[in-house]
Amino acid sequence: MKKVINESGIEVKPLYTAADVEASGGMEMVGDPGQYPFTRGIHREMYRKQPWTMRQYAGFGNPADTNQRFKYLIANGQTGLNVAFDLPTQIGLDSDDPLAEGEIGRVGMSIDTLRDFEIAFDGIDLKKITVSLTINGAAAILIAMYLAMAEKRGYDVKELRGTAQNDILKEFIGRGTWIFPVEPSIRLVGDTIEYCAKEAPKYTPVSVCGYHIRESGATPAQEIAYAFCIAKAYADDAIKRGLSVDEFAGRLSYNFNIFGNIFEQVCKFRAGRGLWAKIMKEEYGAEKPGSMWLRMIAAGGGGGLTFEQPEVNIVRGAYYALISALSGTQTMALCSYDEAYTIPTEYSARLSLRTMQLLVEEMGLTETVDPLAGSFYVETMTNEMRKKMEDIMAEVDAQGGIVKMVAEGSIQAKVSAQAYGMQRKIESGEFPKVGVNCYKNEQEEDHPVEFHPYNEDDARVQIDSLNRIRAERDNATVDAALTRLRTDAAAGRNVMPALVEAVKAYASVGEMTNELVSVYGRYQEPIRF
Amino acid sequence: MKDSQRRIKVLLGKPGLDGHDQGAKVVARAMMDAGFEVIYTGLRQTPEQIARIALEEDVDVISLSSMAGSHIPFCRKLKPLLEAAGLSDKLWVIGGNLPAQDHSALRELGFKGIFPSGSKLDAITEFIRKEVK
Repeated sequence: MKKVINESGIEVKPLYTAADVEASGGMEMVGDPGQYPFTRGIHREMYRKQPWTMRQYAGFGNPADTNQRFKYLIANGQTGLNVAFDLPTQIGLDSDDPLAEGEIGRVGMSIDTLRDFEIAFDGIDLKKITVSLTINGAAAILIAMYLAMAEKRGYDVKELRGTAQNDILKEFIGRGTWIFPVEPSIRLVGDTIEYCAKEAPKYTPVSVCGYHIRESGATPAQEIAYAFCIAKAYADDAIKRGLSVDEFAGRLSYNFNIFGNIFEQVCKFRAGRGLWAKIMKEEYGAEKPGSMWLRMIAAGGGGGLTFEQPEVNIVRGAYYALISALSGTQTMALCSYDEAYTIPTEYSARLSLRTMQLLVEEMGLTETVDPLAGSFYVETMTNEMRKKMEDIMAEVDAQGGIVKMVAEGSIQAKVSAQAYGMQRKIESGEFPKVGVNCYKNEQEEDHPVEFHPYNEDDARVQIDSLNRIRAERDNATVDAALTRLRTDAAAGRNVMPALVEAVKAYASVGEMTNELVSVYGRYQEPIRF
Repeated sequence: MKDSQRRIKVLLGKPGLDGHDQGAKVVARAMMDAGFEVIYTGLRQTPEQIARIALEEDVDVISLSSMAGSHIPFCRKLKPLLEAAGLSDKLWVIGGNLPAQDHSALRELGFKGIFPSGSKLDAITEFIRKEVK
């Protein structure tokens, strides 16, 4: 019989029995849902009380275009928003920056000032629809902008919920929207955690992403292990500032990927939940259960979708959604079937939404908590995945820690070497992909998907709007706020209060970023193979 | 036939602001395994930077990896710069998320090799080996 090893490097047996569960560590870490160590779920009733939040990633063009898409998704039953920003916004450039040319509104919506946020979220009830901002390099600025926008609309910021991705360490490994060097970048994340703990205690300032590390070539076990190492780096920074773990840990969240072998992924999430609870309790001395919860979005799956036979991605997406549901996620989103080609059209985004709704309404996925628990296979693999993650985390520590490895580029080199190995395995047929290396069509269709149109005029409209705001705002107030921002950054003070002040004065994303660059400098990417 | 002793030198650039470099790094490794000397630029290169590095490094091949849709405006700016630098006779190659309807425009902009998502690594390296004289 051929040996089967999963992507994480664990051998999969043809049959599991009670003896395997015992040999792998028994049922000690299983427990009950809602109880430490939370392997079976962070809440007792899970989806019986409330199904997962559905939060398709969306945003393009100008804020007004995106506002329409948001409303379309909400009208179709979406229960949260996940905002995509264009690349200039993500790396802190104004729309009139020469480097932004050709990129405005292309992969997300363009944001220059608070005015743009006012338009983007106009008419959306921010209490009913929670908003997740997929922003990292410029996260502190956009969090300040979101809080200011909500406050202006009359919401109590102390009660405001929402999430920012704000995981800069993973941006150095994959995705690449860094701005500042590693050390001040971590400090900025710490500023947002500290500020939110005091001023916006229900807001989630960080969503630590194993997701993009997995997309960059990490195995499922590495995905979780590296994300935990990164989360610990942020937690350590917060603790150095004098916060107690229970003051902030309950507002940390995670973003993980859902492509791959169904059982390996489900066990990955169950294992991760138990391990995170153990780390927070035993290493950090957390006392509140909420501080030990692995709150997550288990979503996307882009790395598993194929360019070939794109309609088959609809089916893959359905299985990925099943993985997410079986994993006890808090939030779900799916990459749409056309995402190897284009940002999703209304049609493909709706199809993803319907895929998730099917699981809730027709397939019984919300009726019983952690339905795979007690399976000899699932419990054994959960134990083995957890052990694997612990080993990987110990390896990172032995090599000097995640911050050092990211700064020198060694983790990037390791992950990209694995991506290359996987691509070779796919091309040789050793790792099967339907439609790619087996069951190929004789000929691929020429135009298999409809493209989301890119409107060349968006850039001009956005730049005009920015210029109008620059002319209308009180520039003396802006200058004073920007000076305070620079001074606070230079003095090592938390920059969030200054950012909130600058945002309210309609300072632009580029102006605020430039002040911070003048103090922190810019990141220089290490090129390592 | 080309001189088998001479290593093919390739510039692999990441144009524009996009940070999705998994594909670029995978292709860079494939090129190294094929025996090419690879100058990988890292992220966020402007057309001016790519033209300058191509000239300074005296490369045989100028290749770009573009994932976020800005390939046409970028290549429109790059073409005159490469021409002005006297690099018209080098092999220009582009890969990544390149919709079929853009291929003829890219060809007109001087890109002889176009490798959209789904292209095989060996197809890329074999093309370069064949085209570099």
